[in-house]
Amino acid sequence: MLNILVKRLLWGIPVLWLVLTLTFFLLRAAPGGPFDQERELTSEMTQLIEQKYNLNLSLTQQYGQYLKATVSGDLGPSFQYVDYSVNELIGLGLPVSLKLGFYALLLALLLGVILGVVAALYANKWPDLVAMITAVIGISTPNFVIAPMLIIWLAVSWQWLPVGGWSGGGWSYLVMPVVTLSLPYIAAIARLVRGSLMEILNQPFIRTARAKGLSQTSILFKHALRPALLPVVSYLGPAAVGLMTGSVVIEQIFGIPGLGRYFVQGALNRDYTLVLGVVLVIGGMMLLFNLLVDLLYRWIDPRIDLELDKKTGASR
Amino acid sequence: MKLKVGLMLLVVIVSVVLLGPLFAKLDPETIHWDDMAVAPDTSYWLGTDVMGRDLYIRTLQGGQISLMVGLLATSVSVLIGVLYGMLSGFFGGRVDVIMMRLVDVFYALPFLFLVILLMVFFGQQLWLLFAAIGCYLWLDMARIVRGQTLMLKEQAFIEASFALGQNNKNILLKHILPNLKSVVIVYATLIIPQVIMIESFLSFLGLGVQEPMTSWGSLVNEGANNMELAPWSLWFPALFLSLTLVGFNLVGDGLRDRWDPSMKQS
Repeated sequence: MLNILVKRLLWGIPVLWLVLTLTFFLLRAAPGGPFDQERELTSEMTQLIEQKYNLNLSLTQQYGQYLKATVSGDLGPSFQYVDYSVNELIGLGLPVSLKLGFYALLLALLLGVILGVVAALYANKWPDLVAMITAVIGISTPNFVIAPMLIIWLAVSWQWLPVGGWSGGGWSYLVMPVVTLSLPYIAAIARLVRGSLMEILNQPFIRTARAKGLSQTSILFKHALRPALLPVVSYLGPAAVGLMTGSVVIEQIFGIPGLGRYFVQGALNRDYTLVLGVVLVIGGMMLLFNLLVDLLYRWIDPRIDLELDKKTGASR
Repeated sequence: MKLKVGLMLLVVIVSVVLLGPLFAKLDPETIHWDDMAVAPDTSYWLGTDVMGRDLYIRTLQGGQISLMVGLLATSVSVLIGVLYGMLSGFFGGRVDVIMMRLVDVFYALPFLFLVILLMVFFGQQLWLLFAAIGCYLWLDMARIVRGQTLMLKEQAFIEASFALGQNNKNILLKHILPNLKSVVIVYATLIIPQVIMIESFLSFLGLGVQEPMTSWGSLVNEGANNMELAPWSLWFPALFLSLTLVGFNLVGDGLRDRWDPSMKQS
């Protein structure tokens, strides 16, 4: 077990290096620079600035220096936010994004599982039909369509909630972003749970439990639900990745100072170090989360062999 | 049932988007100075936006762009995915292990973030949009095609063609590719809505389709910015976009249930 853990963590290093390298050269190949301004700077000023940020070195030298600094944990100074290091900016943005993502995932799991169970228990009756139609609509409606609608109704017309902003993440500021972010995942999880629960309810061991005279509730909670949740666990990896990208839009719409907004602003301003830092953190979190999901999966179903799975490259 | 509803929805939307502009009396780029942010009426069927442009024709033209991007980017990803998966599965062994490891690495990359970067920096060209989205979405297809190819390779008729001395190229093109058809079609149908979603996502961020061209994503973006003044400029593009996605998702699910019962979800 420990062996696998170490191996998977080591496996992350080349992946992160690839992410870093790709992003670095993509950024540098881009037209425009961080200090382009309307007014031409004098050549001395340009020289000073370039010296400060090492821009006077050759590209490979800069790459080497950046790589070295990154390994030691220093992501460099931000180009746009003067006097802020990228580490500080990420320290400010990451907790915000994590909070948003955590609540969204929690809500998606809670509502998704409940909806899915209801749909499976009433398979092909009206609650099922309603749940599944809602799910298709939920999956098919982009979050940037839902967000403005919620703002119009809840914030502008009825004035129940603030239009946007964060202010420390009070619950009234959290409601709309979290709901919007989680909707497609509620729908997807509901569909997964419905499908797998229906399959499991037809299995012989459930029939045995029925024959034994167990009540519907104890069959559901003691026997059927646990195996039915397996596909949901494996879906958590892609879902978390989706939540991270989804939050780029959500943070933009609701004006939330998280990583996603830093990323877009940074890219627009050619803030090389900030963009690299954000991409690195997000890549690292994706790897970490997938690892956690795999471990969780193994814990729930010990028959799964992680090693074997990597070799065949089969998707779960 | 799902398949039928989805197909009907798509037929209606596609014909409205393709044929609707024939009935339009107004130009999409003309600015009607006296009629800014006018609610839907008899002359402006879906109203005008805050710049005074007719939303009926703009929504339909945006739809043409969105659908076109959807189809083209899907073809890019299908092409890459099928080729990659087929070669990996066919050659097997070491080649397969390395190729699939590479897919694992790609899965771990925050790809959409790289696509966003690409669009920020080089974003004025439409072809780049197809290429970027296509390169992002080929991974699932590659895995599925590889699995299918591995299975086909073991079957008697492929062995027979080896025995008859057919070369690899012929076996791949004449015997394996045709047998992949149904799987590829099913999953391609499920890629289209993802592509349209990503295109509109990028356009919403202002990184996709550029003015004066438009797409549902950029229309939703404009609509969202002016929703207090002209809410209809949000409703109609959003409705078209969502209905199209519902249609493709239903057709994809329906096809999958019919042809690939092992992957049945709901």
